[in-house]
Amino acid sequence: MSRRTLRGAAALVGVADAASPTGELDTHGRALEAAMVHEALADAGLTLDDVDGVAYAGSAAGLAEFLGIRPRYLDGTLVGGSSYELHVEHAAAAIAAGLCDVVIGVYAATPRSDRRRPGAGRRGMPPGPNPALEWELPYGLRLPIGGYALAASRHMAVYGTTPEQLAQIAVDTRRWAALNPRARYRDPITVDDVLDSPMVVSPLHLLDCCLVTDGAGAFVLTSAERARDLRKPPVYVLGAATGGTHQMISEMPDLTVTGGAVSGPAAFEMAGIKHEDVDLLMAYDSFTITALLHLEDLGFCPKGEGGAFVEDGKLGPGGSLPMNTNGGGLSYTHPGMYGMFLLVEAVRQLRGEAGERQLDDPKVAVAHGSGGVLSTMGTLVLGTEEVL
Amino acid sequence: MSPANLIEPPVTEASAPFWEATRERRLVLPWSTVTGRPVWFPRDADPLAPDRPYEWREASGEGVVYAASVHHRPGPGRTEDDCPYVVALVDLAEGVRMMANIVDCPPEDVVVGMPVRVTWQPLSDGRHLPQFRPA
Repeated sequence: MSRRTLRGAAALVGVADAASPTGELDTHGRALEAAMVHEALADAGLTLDDVDGVAYAGSAAGLAEFLGIRPRYLDGTLVGGSSYELHVEHAAAAIAAGLCDVVIGVYAATPRSDRRRPGAGRRGMPPGPNPALEWELPYGLRLPIGGYALAASRHMAVYGTTPEQLAQIAVDTRRWAALNPRARYRDPITVDDVLDSPMVVSPLHLLDCCLVTDGAGAFVLTSAERARDLRKPPVYVLGAATGGTHQMISEMPDLTVTGGAVSGPAAFEMAGIKHEDVDLLMAYDSFTITALLHLEDLGFCPKGEGGAFVEDGKLGPGGSLPMNTNGGGLSYTHPGMYGMFLLVEAVRQLRGEAGERQLDDPKVAVAHGSGGVLSTMGTLVLGTEEVL
Repeated sequence: MSPANLIEPPVTEASAPFWEATRERRLVLPWSTVTGRPVWFPRDADPLAPDRPYEWREASGEGVVYAASVHHRPGPGRTEDDCPYVVALVDLAEGVRMMANIVDCPPEDVVVGMPVRVTWQPLSDGRHLPQFRPA
């Protein structure tokens, strides 16, 4: 395989996100998407006229039509929560290849307020073959949690990982959420609180699970050259890689190893960084086990040692590896495909815009998305001008 | 255990031999004639040689629990009344892994590494759904 050369070719220049402590937003659908696109473009100092590429986890043509633009680059990659990490990877490659100049990506979902909206938010089966109808659905696997519970069960059996260790991840993430005024849950919790919360699908308790909230976000990506003249300091894409292993959890080759074991090292190598260079880790936390697997697969600790690694609280405020400083999918927001929020928080931290939860002069952030049921991983290494 | 709302699996062209065998409570697996190994799940064609049909061979019905989860909240085709129940991944002796419920034992007794054996849950059309119980 030829050496990949995306490093520094493109930069995130505008971001936006929306979430609320109530878990609900006032707008939804295209109106919410339009608000996010507008806000992200304003953040960048650009307008819709500048946009010639769209990325959307669905019909990119439909989004472009709605926005009234005629893009020369469309990416409709839909792999679940990591779609947005893949969108940035693909768009950076397209920009590096000269296919387009300014790409916007947007996401909005309002599963919480949809409950009061008749007919909205109903989802049918995706088109195409669906072997899960035969080989998983008859067994009553509750998705997504059931897939993650199986992974946690395997990790505990093979490596001795404990419920207390998984709970520590939820505890530290909540400590970050306490510093985010828009987070859904901000009250401190303890390991005992997690273990005392109802067992939903063993070994995962209610507080091991992400939220169900409304939320939305957008990003603007452009060439490094163009980024330098825009409103905000560019956040460069230093490394980007994908790793896919399966669609159905029953086809995952090893339930303790995700595609992050491929995408992580590849993205780090492209970026030319080591683990000690990472000032912020935004690692998709659909469940506590998800984040634990990311820590191992990205190489922050050896496989199987994630439980011991997180025990001392190093992921929380003041710790040596700040993770999910926005409060994560566990406590900030989780509308379904959370990967967008990983990017937005990484950009805000690297620009120094994160308010009370701002880290001390971070230069390198990793945004690591997980899509499906531990199916498709997307790793982005992002950095400031200083580390370019 | 027989959930009232069980989602009965459809039969596809690829899986017809599998489901047909379940009428006689036989567990059969598709074997690739390219690799000489069984595959799971039954595919519409062997990606390694789309013109060479799979061979269907009888499986031993023996396996080991690879991962297991007790559902205290119901998934598709289940209600609260069905809870708790176990969804597991089972490594068959032949070297493939499939999903199943572990039945005929208390849910909390199911552990990773436990030997299990196939058992059959009747479906409405004479087919059977493979399930597993402690060996």
